[in-house]
Amino acid sequence: MPFLWFRTWHLGVKSLLLHPLRSLLTVLGIFIGVASVVWLLAIGEGISRKAQQQIEELGATNIIIRSIKPPEESIENVGSSHSIVPYGVTRADFERLAATIPTIDRALPIREVRYRFGYLGRNIEGRLVGCTPEYADVNKLEVDRGRFLTDTDDREKWNHCALASEVAERLFPYEDPIGKAVRIERAFYLVVGVMKERTPSAGIGGSLAAQEFNDDVYIPIHTLWSRIGDIIVTRRTGSFEGEMIELSQVTLRVDKTENVLRTAALVKETLKPHHRKQDYAVVVPLELLEQARTTRLMFIVFMGLIAAISLVVGGIGIMNIMLATVTERTREIGIRRALGAKRGDIIRQFLVETIALSVMGGLTGILGGLTCRPLIAALRNLLLRAAPDVFDQLPQVIKEVTPLIVPWSVPLAFSISVTIGVIFGLYPAIRAAMMDPIEALRHE
Amino acid sequence: MSSAASVFEVTKQYVMDGETVHALRGVTLEIPDGDYVAVMGPSGSGKSTLLNLLGCLDRPTSGRLVLGDEELSDAGDDRLAEIRASRIGFVFQSYNLIPQLTVLENIEVPLYYQGRIDRPRRQRSLEMAELVGLGDRLKHRPAQLSGGQQQRVAIARSLVNDPYFILADEPTGNLDSVTTEEILQLIGDLNEQGKTIIVVTHEPEVGQRAKRIIRLRDGSICSDSRNEYSHPSPESRPLSPRP
Repeated sequence: MPFLWFRTWHLGVKSLLLHPLRSLLTVLGIFIGVASVVWLLAIGEGISRKAQQQIEELGATNIIIRSIKPPEESIENVGSSHSIVPYGVTRADFERLAATIPTIDRALPIREVRYRFGYLGRNIEGRLVGCTPEYADVNKLEVDRGRFLTDTDDREKWNHCALASEVAERLFPYEDPIGKAVRIERAFYLVVGVMKERTPSAGIGGSLAAQEFNDDVYIPIHTLWSRIGDIIVTRRTGSFEGEMIELSQVTLRVDKTENVLRTAALVKETLKPHHRKQDYAVVVPLELLEQARTTRLMFIVFMGLIAAISLVVGGIGIMNIMLATVTERTREIGIRRALGAKRGDIIRQFLVETIALSVMGGLTGILGGLTCRPLIAALRNLLLRAAPDVFDQLPQVIKEVTPLIVPWSVPLAFSISVTIGVIFGLYPAIRAAMMDPIEALRHE
Repeated sequence: MSSAASVFEVTKQYVMDGETVHALRGVTLEIPDGDYVAVMGPSGSGKSTLLNLLGCLDRPTSGRLVLGDEELSDAGDDRLAEIRASRIGFVFQSYNLIPQLTVLENIEVPLYYQGRIDRPRRQRSLEMAELVGLGDRLKHRPAQLSGGQQQRVAIARSLVNDPYFILADEPTGNLDSVTTEEILQLIGDLNEQGKTIIVVTHEPEVGQRAKRIIRLRDGSICSDSRNEYSHPSPESRPLSPRP
């Protein structure tokens, strides 16, 4: 039996080569289908993997509470133009959460302010972050030179600061910043360390903004509270505007992953009675992670569906061409039947041709699919050079996506293509085999 | 002498456009080994139907069909195909060669459906090509050959499986008179070598070459006679490859 197939294989390839263009176009149909399965799955995987990574960076056991500015209408005292409106998470909230919820392992208070930093004549604007020593650990910041803040810095409210790489570079282009004093507002802070460069984190949803990290200056949070205070006054056209925020963010770490969702619910319940306005947001990375997983699954199903459609279209192409071939070769079928070919022989002969076509399409399609990554990189590069403006306007996802070939997509695409070859080839083959040899011989 | 083929009280009816056509109305016929039979008759007389039955392309509605010593009246489709591959040699009016195959490959088609084409079988194909005088054109395609040459390929193909009989359907219908003569000569020579030949024709000059003439009319045999003047070839030369 295997021998019969092998022999028929030879025959099939030979008759396919009789119409090279026709065969090529049919192969192209399957090629596109298979390549698109690999491509779409790879791109989908690339996007969702990235999202998942970003969320994982936030920490699956973390719960993040951010202060957000409530909508204007709900702020009282609208009358005066220079009113100072308190909002956001308070120190009391922080103490309450840390003290009452036992599953909370560690609570990190963070206060962020936009500020100007100066050294000698140089001034730059950046983000002043008041934090505790764990901040570096939680945000995966690495020390380049010197050290990060310590508990002593915080406890003693020392004027110590650590600089992010870009701040250090711009304020101290020619000298070592360690031991120098940076001016922030009216006070001077001793530089104790410089951090390594860190890739900015992307924003997640509406409640967690993207973080640059590279223009940060870190000081102990207690130093910030006592030196700068809660009220920040900014000058805007003609009027002053004040904000009073005690904490910009609280990062809570839960002891076990399975406690995260329950703790998050508890955190929301704890905060609720003390806030009349919705001036904070609770972000649970684990929830986002689970959402991202569901999204990924949907993505795969969706992409798979599109790819399946293109494969079916390829299959229809095969069927179409085989039906034409069968009609065209009716006479040959008649001759072969008269000379002793059984129905099975005829079915095999035509089936082998469709399988050969789809296997060719499958193999080349897989090769085409594997070029996904370099090809997308090349396309992006080309666009960047040819039309930088257009490139700038592309969504971040498209700019950054790195397709990841899903290993199982390769055998999947291949077996689907062969299955399609068999399914769509079977009908024309059976039709050929069912022809009456006497009629077929008479066919002109 | 054993018989190559025999049919007993065979009838064949089929329905065409809602009307039942009686193509054969009880035909009984025995063809002994080595016979040279011409089946003649006007169109519609049932000679094509008889040819299809003898060629195992069709089954009779009733009656018995025996080829060699095998009863084939109720044989299945695959069995009939096996018989065609191993025991019947077809020669058609329009040659019916497969255009994309070479001469040698065309000759080997019946062997292909019998199984592996091994060395003795390949040898036999080459011998048959020699026999019909095409030993030097094995790699040619049918389109590169003349009508007569194509019919020779078809004859070689019909011989390659050592059949019970050669079934020729208007073998010279598409040929000019010179080539007709050549082909008839070849068929006559094969008969002299002992091959059983059944020719279906409506041309008297082709029929006259046979040893026995069966005339059909309206699905029945109306005459079955020995032909006294059979094979009147001027030079009865032995079968040898053509120059």
